[in-house]
Amino acid sequence: MERVLMKGNEAIAEAAIMAGCRHFFGYPITPQTEVAAYMSKRLPKLGGVYLQAESEVASINMVLGASAAGVRAMTSSSSPGISLMSEGISYMAGCDLPAVIVNIQRGGPGLGGIQPSQADYFQATRSVGHGDFHVIALSPNCVQEMSDLTQSAFDLADIYRCPVMILGDGILGQMMEPVELRRIPERELPAKDWITSGTAGKRGHNIVNSLILKPEALEQSNFDRFDRYKLIEESEALCEEYMTDDADIVLAAYGAASRISKNAVLAARARGIKAGLLRPLTLWPFPKKNFAAAAAYAQAFISVEMSMGQMIEDVKLATECKKPVALCARTGGMVHSPDEILAKIISVNGGNYN
Amino acid sequence: MTVFERPKALSDVATHYCPGCTHGIIHRLIAEALDELDLTGRTVGIAPVGCAVMAYDYFECDMIQAAHGRAPAVATGVKRAIPENIVFTYQGDGDLAAIGAAETLHAAARGEKITIIFVNNAIYGMTGGQMAPTSLPGQITQTSPYGRDVESAGYPIKVCELLATMNGTFYAERVSVNTVKNVRAAKNAVKKAFDYQNQGKGLSIVEIISTCPTNWGLSPQKSLDWLAQNMIPYYPLGVYRDRGAE
Ligand SMILES: Cc1ncc(C[n+]2csc(CCOP(=O)(O)OP(=O)(O)O)c2C)c(N)n1
Ligand code: SF4
Repeated sequence: MERVLMKGNEAIAEAAIMAGCRHFFGYPITPQTEVAAYMSKRLPKLGGVYLQAESEVASINMVLGASAAGVRAMTSSSSPGISLMSEGISYMAGCDLPAVIVNIQRGGPGLGGIQPSQADYFQATRSVGHGDFHVIALSPNCVQEMSDLTQSAFDLADIYRCPVMILGDGILGQMMEPVELRRIPERELPAKDWITSGTAGKRGHNIVNSLILKPEALEQSNFDRFDRYKLIEESEALCEEYMTDDADIVLAAYGAASRISKNAVLAARARGIKAGLLRPLTLWPFPKKNFAAAAAYAQAFISVEMSMGQMIEDVKLATECKKPVALCARTGGMVHSPDEILAKIISVNGGNYN
Repeated sequence: MTVFERPKALSDVATHYCPGCTHGIIHRLIAEALDELDLTGRTVGIAPVGCAVMAYDYFECDMIQAAHGRAPAVATGVKRAIPENIVFTYQGDGDLAAIGAAETLHAAARGEKITIIFVNNAIYGMTGGQMAPTSLPGQITQTSPYGRDVESAGYPIKVCELLATMNGTFYAERVSVNTVKNVRAAKNAVKKAFDYQNQGKGLSIVEIISTCPTNWGLSPQKSLDWLAQNMIPYYPLGVYRDRGAE
């Protein structure tokens, strides 16, 4: 199939359209702007809706309404905007509503900067909002995956009736790469018999709601949701294994940091150090099995992140701290060079885990 | 012969509203309008956070429970997804004019084809009677124990006047349900609002001056008197915008 040169952000937008999304609500913020710009150009021509909301608070609630009405809906933003969406995402989780939310992360905290970052890992994997819930968090590391995973995101959202987040960063969003705009085969999807689109006088009314005042009932609904989460953890975790077969030092990295890490792995191998890389494509669920298996053969792990040690916690949990885990962190919009990752590998190989 | 029965759009359940509260009358007016215009099967209602949070149990149409103040944004999402739907929000003054002010103004600015039923009782009812953005100057509430001091707490917001300045607002009328005559006028306004939406016109809002006997600390009858003497002078009833008649 033909490949076209595209920015990561545009690939996300086109993929959403391929997946049948015709409703996009957003508020401008760098560095995700191209997603909204692309949607505003394409969707009206397809009979869809592009709507620029007055804030991210509003845009996520518009997504909620559209999702409740039964259509595939999406929003995209960057870190400060996602913070504003946290209320709406929590409501969507509580209402069991599907949606796709894109976070093209930038450096924080606060207004931070506009350079690429991975500092929203905790936010995406621990809690995007109040209450007991998870979102599925997907992490592409190239423009092709931005297209493919965005399509999967819509299926996952519909199958598990939960918000799905695509966690990118400024590098992935802005960079141009050849991409094959292929339609990922749609998975088998459950019927949406819960939507609020009008009864047409043919059924009792449907209610989309997250208010459950009786604690026993609220607990039960959380139990039910966590049963679903368990299923997700068992069947949807994805991880790329790169040169891990015989690896002594295993790097953990996702997104843009994983691309640089691959170069560092090759450089380490050229020096005779057996390095490898585990690259989660799903940050929640974290691919625990891959890490647990690696803990049996690796001497040590290095979490390579554009954040001050967030994913490292999942690496330690998944490996049950059986082996040392070192941190190689850049933050605030700064990006690792392959050399500094290599230096870390050499240092860890020499027994220095600090 | 039955002369007075429950509107079909109103669910056959007991509501949780306090005795003498005007929420019940307003629910009935909405249901009557839906019945008379035959809209229930196409309607999606959005319940607020406030005393009407459980309104989703009281109407026979599909219902969504929205976050505090976000009902107009949720309604926008529903309406944009399925334009044939009739979509209404039911919101209190804290919900609409404080935490949801931005969502309200921008829904109006966009001329969102939705209907807002705005229950102005000059107080935060559900949380136990705190000052609202529509509490009157001097009004004593739990959080304005010396009376609302406009120097520090600012002035009450006149929502219909505000929205009437926006071109996206097709219809804005302020009514009350404190007398039989006013209830009839309120009914006409609610019906007109839905009718305009059904015709594909812009945003329609009906502000209903209401009581909260529980948190005003007055009997239902005295509340109606207080409403007539204090609220209606500050919030004059009438049509503030009707582009269908312009
Ligand atoms: C984000 C958020 N802040 C605060 C609250 C608490 N709260 C619940 S109802 C309410 C006030 C509702 O007052 P109003 O909108 O006037 O409606 P009424 O209860 O008078 O009908 C508040 C502040 C909440 N639920 N969510
Ligand atoms: S608290 Fe006030 S507004 Fe709420 S139901 Fe009771 S009387 Fe009505």
